Amino acid sequence: MRVELVKRPQRSALFSALSPFIAFALTMAAGAILFLLLGINPISAFYTYFISPISEVWQLHELTIKAAPLILIAVGLAVCYRANIWNIGAEGQLIMGAIVGSAIPVMFPAFESPIVLPLCLLLGMLGGAAYAAIPAVLKARFNTNEILTSLMLVYVAQLFLDWMVRGPWRDPQGHGFPQTVMFNDSATLPALFPVAGRANWGFVFALVAALAVWILMTRLLRGFEVRVLGSSPRAGRFAGFNFNRMVFFTFMLSGALAGLAGISEVTGAINQLQPTISPGYGFTAIIVAFLGRLNPLGIVAAGLVLALTYLGGEAAQTALGISDKVARVFQGMLLFFVLGCDTLIHYRIRFVGLGAKARGESEAVPAAKLEEVH
Amino acid sequence: MDIAVNILLTIATAATPLLVAAIGELVVERSGVLNLGVEGMMIMGAVAGFGAGYLTGSPWLGLLAAVLVGALFSLLFAVMTLSLATNQVATGLSLTLLGLGLSGMMGTGFVGLPGERLPNLYIPFLTDLPVVGRLVFGQDPVFYISIALIAGVAWFLFRTRTGLTLRSIGDSHTSAHALGIHVLRYRYLAVLFGGACAGLAGGQLSLVYTPQWVENMTAGRGWIALALVVFASWRPWRGPAGGYIFGAGRNGQLHAQAFGIPVPSQFLSSLPYLATIAVLVLISRNKRLTMMNTPAALGQPFVPDR
Amino acid sequence: MKKLLIALMTTVAGLSMAATAQAQEKLKACWVYVGPIGDFGYSYQHDQGRLDVEKAFGDKVETAYLENVAEGPDAERAFERLARENCKIIFGTSFGFMDPMVKVAKRFPDVKFEHATGYKTADNLAVYNARFYEGRYVMGQIAAKMSKKGLAGYIVSFPIPEVVMGINSFMLGAQSINPDFKLKIVWVNSWFDPGKEADAAKALFDQGADIITQHTDSTAPLQVAEERGLLGFGQSSDMIKFAPKAQLTSNTDDWGPYYVERVQAVLDGTWKTGNVWLGIKDGAVVLSPYTNMPDDVKKMAEETEAKIAGGWNPFTGPVDKQDGTPWLKDGEVADDETLLGMNFYVKGIDDKLPQ
Repeated sequence: MRVELVKRPQRSALFSALSPFIAFALTMAAGAILFLLLGINPISAFYTYFISPISEVWQLHELTIKAAPLILIAVGLAVCYRANIWNIGAEGQLIMGAIVGSAIPVMFPAFESPIVLPLCLLLGMLGGAAYAAIPAVLKARFNTNEILTSLMLVYVAQLFLDWMVRGPWRDPQGHGFPQTVMFNDSATLPALFPVAGRANWGFVFALVAALAVWILMTRLLRGFEVRVLGSSPRAGRFAGFNFNRMVFFTFMLSGALAGLAGISEVTGAINQLQPTISPGYGFTAIIVAFLGRLNPLGIVAAGLVLALTYLGGEAAQTALGISDKVARVFQGMLLFFVLGCDTLIHYRIRFVGLGAKARGESEAVPAAKLEEVH
Repeated sequence: MDIAVNILLTIATAATPLLVAAIGELVVERSGVLNLGVEGMMIMGAVAGFGAGYLTGSPWLGLLAAVLVGALFSLLFAVMTLSLATNQVATGLSLTLLGLGLSGMMGTGFVGLPGERLPNLYIPFLTDLPVVGRLVFGQDPVFYISIALIAGVAWFLFRTRTGLTLRSIGDSHTSAHALGIHVLRYRYLAVLFGGACAGLAGGQLSLVYTPQWVENMTAGRGWIALALVVFASWRPWRGPAGGYIFGAGRNGQLHAQAFGIPVPSQFLSSLPYLATIAVLVLISRNKRLTMMNTPAALGQPFVPDR
Repeated sequence: MKKLLIALMTTVAGLSMAATAQAQEKLKACWVYVGPIGDFGYSYQHDQGRLDVEKAFGDKVETAYLENVAEGPDAERAFERLARENCKIIFGTSFGFMDPMVKVAKRFPDVKFEHATGYKTADNLAVYNARFYEGRYVMGQIAAKMSKKGLAGYIVSFPIPEVVMGINSFMLGAQSINPDFKLKIVWVNSWFDPGKEADAAKALFDQGADIITQHTDSTAPLQVAEERGLLGFGQSSDMIKFAPKAQLTSNTDDWGPYYVERVQAVLDGTWKTGNVWLGIKDGAVVLSPYTNMPDDVKKMAEETEAKIAGGWNPFTGPVDKQDGTPWLKDGEVADDETLLGMNFYVKGIDDKLPQ
């Protein structure tokens, strides 16, 4: 028996809605086997993993903290990917945004004023955008592949941050440890509901960014340009759209959002620069972008789900003694099922018996491109 | 003279896993598939290689296990992206996440154990020759395999009919399909080959380079391998060049430090990355040449129509 | 076959750390690690300490841990989670956990917090650290005795006081034997990258060093020494299995005694905040058995170790700074404050400290 995919004439609205649930059910089934093999009660494992993180107020706050940078970055990356431009260096742009945005509170720690925070955020966005402009320039001017340049620049940014916090920006009172001074209150991103938990304005930024990009992509000419150039560069050129300008636009937009994510992390949750400020948000966000089907609103959901799997994984470690590796394997399984079930939106699955080998020799239909996968 | 030989040997050992993983991924990408899961397949190869080598006492069986497990793990990617037409970028990244977790799980019992090391080649007389002896006749087996792989892939892609077919699929799966070529079958095999190579690269890490198992021991090498494919502009012989430039940059900065050059180590550490970018900028200015070698259908799913 | 079975069993045992039935009266002690416990280095040694606690208290204590916790917002969540899950004492083992721990400790006054390698304390937040430099002094002496060229290579991660202190102590030890001893230093900018550490070891050997030591976590440099028939020192854990002919000794961390003592204090209700810096005499820094050296060198090492255990500080004057300005007068002992913030080299080191 063979499995074959048959393309649906239109994306199925039914499976669009249903596929996450099918994926969830399959994850539960496979997860149950995994946990039974490890001698863990699947019911309590699932409860700890999926329910406990959203059953307490403080964890909901933590969920938004974890999800905010993922959503912010993924929304920007989605625009890039729609245009078929491959920025995979968001991690570096996040770091550069954080560094540039921290300039005021680090260099003038005594400067307190209501304009400090907005300036920080603005500088953070500029820093991220400027760093993203490097691969854009190289691509537009020298035709250099942006996958390589944006990835390599991540490592450079990490080393640069490392040098900054150990060298020029090290806190003189910090006992020689690699960190800057703590930011003063006027450079701190306020909590949303300080009494209840840590959630800060970063999550609001993420939601606003998602909404703005959604409007851009569906209502504005620029969004149309992105989609046209992404699905068919040649058609785009005939329509008078400039590809190089698009490279700059998408890179700098996603860079600015990654930079905003970085400076929000630093001003919101950490309050100083240190050698590590991101546990790989820039890379995880790539998965979030695709889990959300490159749709800004889908990305909000995907970001929350992925954040949940991190929190659930931690809960499972402490409550059940499931190791961090098992938690990551389970997370991987979930991702695979979600991606796999999304297939049902565009294709019907057909089971073909061994005998049925006859092949249509007719003309092939162009494959589904990224454009159609949203 | 001896020091120069030693430095070259160090660079070769450091560059080999990058090359091996890159040459595998190059074939995958030539077939039009983008597998970003190299890091995940590599770490699976590393744990399998160490485990099998340790349990059987034979590093050769370890290497074999690394190759097989790498291929097996890539099968998961193949089923997802080829049979189910899932998004390749997301699936590849998920594969890396899964691989890092799964390898940690499998390797729990191997932490802190000394492993088996694959012996270097030794041919009496030849290996003892001054200078060239150890460089040409005294390296580890994976080094020779890597050279053979690159030569083999170069020959296969550009000198055989099957290679031509593979490349044509990468350029346009629709036209290839129209010609009656089994697009998915080719792609399955290409992905499996890529997985086997990544597994081999992982095996080199845990059986030659640093014979031990520790979590996350690939330390980002899979990503560098991916970058090398781009650097090579999808041409096999440029891969080793890139790998050796990168390896030389990394090694050069360590030597510069030991020599006492007063430049912050972070700047020296970032040199290999910057050098790779600079060289790529230089060689990719010829737009037509680059376009010609870039698989046009890279990353796009293909579903045969009936 | 037996090997296979044992390995399989340990794997399974490692995987199936099944949920232990939660008895009511148990004290819960918890740990947060920055790396994976499978690093066979820093986090691994802390986890060995946790296992010692389990062994020592049996049914009276249950433990939990979170590994691979990134410094930053993830860390704060990790401590908050453990505090909320009824951990009565929580150990954070990385310097970068300091400010998150300070914040969480404020919110949970009834939970005891213990932070390794930091300097901020509170009523319910104690700090602890180990005087690794004590072991490094002994290693420096051994190196000076054993090196034929009077030149050692030093592989280091990041320029923080802890690491600089170690380099200086090693050098002072070496100079006490051979005043002209030389040191080559390579920063790899990573705590953990076996390949890069191996390359650094090779580079140092190629440039003439015949002994290496490291302040990074992997066994790779020692394996290189073994391959080349040269010598080296282990780090964090005893690495003799990886380099039976190359390891002279290893500067290992044993956190077990401290962890047992502190958990006991919570059980007894006698826990108090504090700032302790444990050394050889407390059993927190342990030099693994001296191997691959002649008896006279071994005897010297043992004597120095005993002297340090008796209270002598390797940073005892006269010591000059790298640029020749005097630091410690004859007989003057460095105070802990200076050591903890150390950002200069002592005289005789050629390298320039990255600033």
